[in-house]
Amino acid sequence: MEYIGIIIVAIFVNNIVYSQFLGICPFLGVSKKVDTAIGMGLAVTFVLTIATIVTFLLQKGILEPFGLGYLQTISFILVIAALVQMVEIMLKKVSPALYQALGVFLPLITTNCAILGVAILVIKKDFNLLQSVVFAIATSIGFALALIIFSGVREQLSLTKVPKAMQGIPIALVTAGLIAMAFMGFSGIDQVFK
Amino acid sequence: MNNNLKVIVNGILKENPIFVLLLGMCPTLATTSSAINGMSMGLATMFVLIMSNTVISMLKNIIPDMVRIPAFIVVIATFVTIVEMMMKAYVPALADSLGIFIPLIVVNCIVLGRAEAFASKNKVFASSLDGFGIGMGFTLALTLLGAVRELLGVGRIFSLSIYPESFGSLIFVLAPGAFIVLGFLIAGFNILQKK
Repeated sequence: MEYIGIIIVAIFVNNIVYSQFLGICPFLGVSKKVDTAIGMGLAVTFVLTIATIVTFLLQKGILEPFGLGYLQTISFILVIAALVQMVEIMLKKVSPALYQALGVFLPLITTNCAILGVAILVIKKDFNLLQSVVFAIATSIGFALALIIFSGVREQLSLTKVPKAMQGIPIALVTAGLIAMAFMGFSGIDQVFK
Repeated sequence: MNNNLKVIVNGILKENPIFVLLLGMCPTLATTSSAINGMSMGLATMFVLIMSNTVISMLKNIIPDMVRIPAFIVVIATFVTIVEMMMKAYVPALADSLGIFIPLIVVNCIVLGRAEAFASKNKVFASSLDGFGIGMGFTLALTLLGAVRELLGVGRIFSLSIYPESFGSLIFVLAPGAFIVLGFLIAGFNILQKK
């Protein structure tokens, strides 16, 4: 029950894009088509889950026992950058098909604040390893969901006539605001799981 | 002198990070629920920008080209950690309300972007001025966005009451308001720039 609660809250109530404001850059950047949105969603799920496990072990295994908590930001970002590179190289060797699908999105992910954000959040929330993994997977499903919904709307939006000043990013932001309003309807269901 | 002024104005108007370059959207949307929060986030980022631009410009001849991005990230992360510790020590309430977005300055594309595009190619003094200009543009944008949201949401600017709170529409302080207000502000900036 506890894990179901974490999953529902992470996907719907505290959706990473619409209520936590993490990962906005890729959200605005690669959401013009549904296909690319799905690719990006998958790539983020993959990296976010691995990065959360690695940074969690780093925090509990090295930083905390040696009293190096102040190195958290520096070490996390370096580990994530190295990890993304490694995932890219390994994917190229092990599964060329998957690399073809996700390859272009991987370099973009290092600067995605969602990865570092979730890594810091699970430490802040004092989750154990299993909870962290569940939270990371649910969060990235929430990200993929947000991206796919948004790209669907944007595909339709590209066919309509938009006032000149609003074209591009402004209308996309207003659209995102309206979707965020819809997501607010989920708030409160987390009480059921308490 | 004239040239120095140009670098600063360029950061505020022509290359405004939020309204023109559209960089650093996450902290922009997340921390502007009030004018004061937006301004403090802007100032924290400005400090990191000035310091990292200055130091990277000093080190640009020592850092090998192959590893420049990781080296830049280490420099930036150092200053972010300094800001984070200072805020926790002196303004704990503010540090709480900005939350994880202070450590996340590290992945703010503006900071790394300026290091790569300006500081690694220019002299030390010009680089710190560029950091100041871009930081100023970022701070002004965040303060403006925070002020509009606070005014529409609860009828206040910088906690100064303009009209009764019950006339405000709370949605502007909540998440959807961030997207909508920013969208209209960028559209407004587009119109102003064309003239």
